[in-house]
Amino acid sequence: MAERITSLLGVEATLSHGMPVVQFAPAQVLDAARELRDVHGYDMLLDVTAVDWMGQAPRFEVVWHFFRSTDCTRVRIKTRVEEAAPVVDSLTPLYGSAAFMERECHEMLGIAFRGNADLRPILLYEGFVGHPLRKDYDKHHEQPLVQYRDAEGQG
Amino acid sequence: MDMKIPNPVRAAFAPTAEQDGRVIVNIGPSHPATHGTVQIITELDGERVLRADVHCGYLHRGFEKECESHTWHNLIPYVDRLNYCSALINDFAYCGAVEQMMGIEITPRARMLRTLLSEYSRIADHITCVAAGLMELGAMTAFLYLMTLRDYIYEHLADVTGARVTYSYGRIGGVARDLPEGWLKRLDEVLAEYEKFIDRIHGLMDRNRIFVDRMRRVGVLTQAQALSYGVTGPMLRSTGLARDIRKDTPYLAYADLDFEVPTGILGDNYDRYVVRMREMDESVYMIRQCVDLLPAGPVMTDDPRCALPDKQLVYNEIESLISHFKLIIDGPRVPAGETYYSQEGANGELGFFIVSTGEGQPYRVHCRAPSFIHMGVTHLMLEGGQLADVVPTFGSVNMIGGECDR
Repeated sequence: MAERITSLLGVEATLSHGMPVVQFAPAQVLDAARELRDVHGYDMLLDVTAVDWMGQAPRFEVVWHFFRSTDCTRVRIKTRVEEAAPVVDSLTPLYGSAAFMERECHEMLGIAFRGNADLRPILLYEGFVGHPLRKDYDKHHEQPLVQYRDAEGQG
Repeated sequence: MDMKIPNPVRAAFAPTAEQDGRVIVNIGPSHPATHGTVQIITELDGERVLRADVHCGYLHRGFEKECESHTWHNLIPYVDRLNYCSALINDFAYCGAVEQMMGIEITPRARMLRTLLSEYSRIADHITCVAAGLMELGAMTAFLYLMTLRDYIYEHLADVTGARVTYSYGRIGGVARDLPEGWLKRLDEVLAEYEKFIDRIHGLMDRNRIFVDRMRRVGVLTQAQALSYGVTGPMLRSTGLARDIRKDTPYLAYADLDFEVPTGILGDNYDRYVVRMREMDESVYMIRQCVDLLPAGPVMTDDPRCALPDKQLVYNEIESLISHFKLIIDGPRVPAGETYYSQEGANGELGFFIVSTGEGQPYRVHCRAPSFIHMGVTHLMLEGGQLADVVPTFGSVNMIGGECDR
């Protein structure tokens, strides 16, 4: 039986469907990830995403999933960030995979990753206004890159 | 009409480098030599790729946003369209995630059927990848052999699911229907055809000088790079690390099956070809075991939280009518909480991070698509190589637009 993480940076982990979950303040995430990688050997960052809890006090919850290739255990790290300053530290100094996934999280939910130099849109196009996975973005909202033409083919 | 169409993409490097004899060449998003809608902006010195900037997203259709306004059950046709080469694996991974949240145990027959069909889909997916990769190198015969074989599988899957490519066959709590009469007999025939056709491919390609020269030591990904960039599936295994969710943390019926996890040595294009070919053989071996082990019984759980009541009862009994109505209109209620559940997809770890607030509709569905993560490391495999190697290297990554761009 592989050994699970029970605490990280002194914070107790809770268990969610068999996966240890550790909740941190935004400023602690980079340190926590460093301890995960360097002390506990979690060598893969599998996923970065966020959840928009519109109406709650810190509005966004950023979620990371880590994996240890030696014994195939996993850890989830979470943090809550305010709507006014949705900023967390980028994990690009530790994991190569962070670069691409943070780009997606940035365009979709507007989370800024401090230290990631390349936050260009990737699934959306250059000049897209807003963050579609936020709950206050109407899914029927249109912003075509090329303007629609009228029936006569004018304009 | 003079309307300037803005460029949807900003390249990572400006074309000013042209002054030292370097040129910027844009490949895609729609290029006859690549499969998948992807744009690769390359900076070249002669024919050597100095830098590559890979852009995906041309097939983005707002999958995750759309998921938030449908019931849990109605998402099944959507997840089909993620990796459309092995749609059944998406179905089963998504249903598995929801079942984990609801605490539903599927029946033994459904578990074995899902395992069998997952492996069958994996063969179809690997065939697509290998066939397209070979065709791009000019091996038209090998391509046609493999496509013939894939069509046998698609037609055969259509017999059980009713569709050739996007099946919508998974259900929360089981699968849509049992196997039709004679399906397993035809399965034997298809697997015999598989052996015949794959034998020809081995004969045509494995020691083919042109093929080996184009693939060996091309598009190399080291194990350290693969781990750092979150690479999973055949691409990780081609670097020599035998990580496979089916083996490491078995789900469905994989714990009951005997199989090997093939690995490569160098992590180059040739290793990725070999790993996929070997994995298909293992899948066939697993399918034969599944057929032998297939238990009798229902293919759908009787848990009233997700299973539709029998049609006869719906027409004759008020409780069943209400249950049917509530499940269709409101959707199955998933307890509040969140989970990350992953299965070994054909391209790597296919994970679903789902958040529920206890309603019949998801609050958030996030798909960890292996193709998307692999796009983040592809530039490392292209840089330093030849321009002509972009095509086979990109082909061996097996980027599936539906899954990558969601």
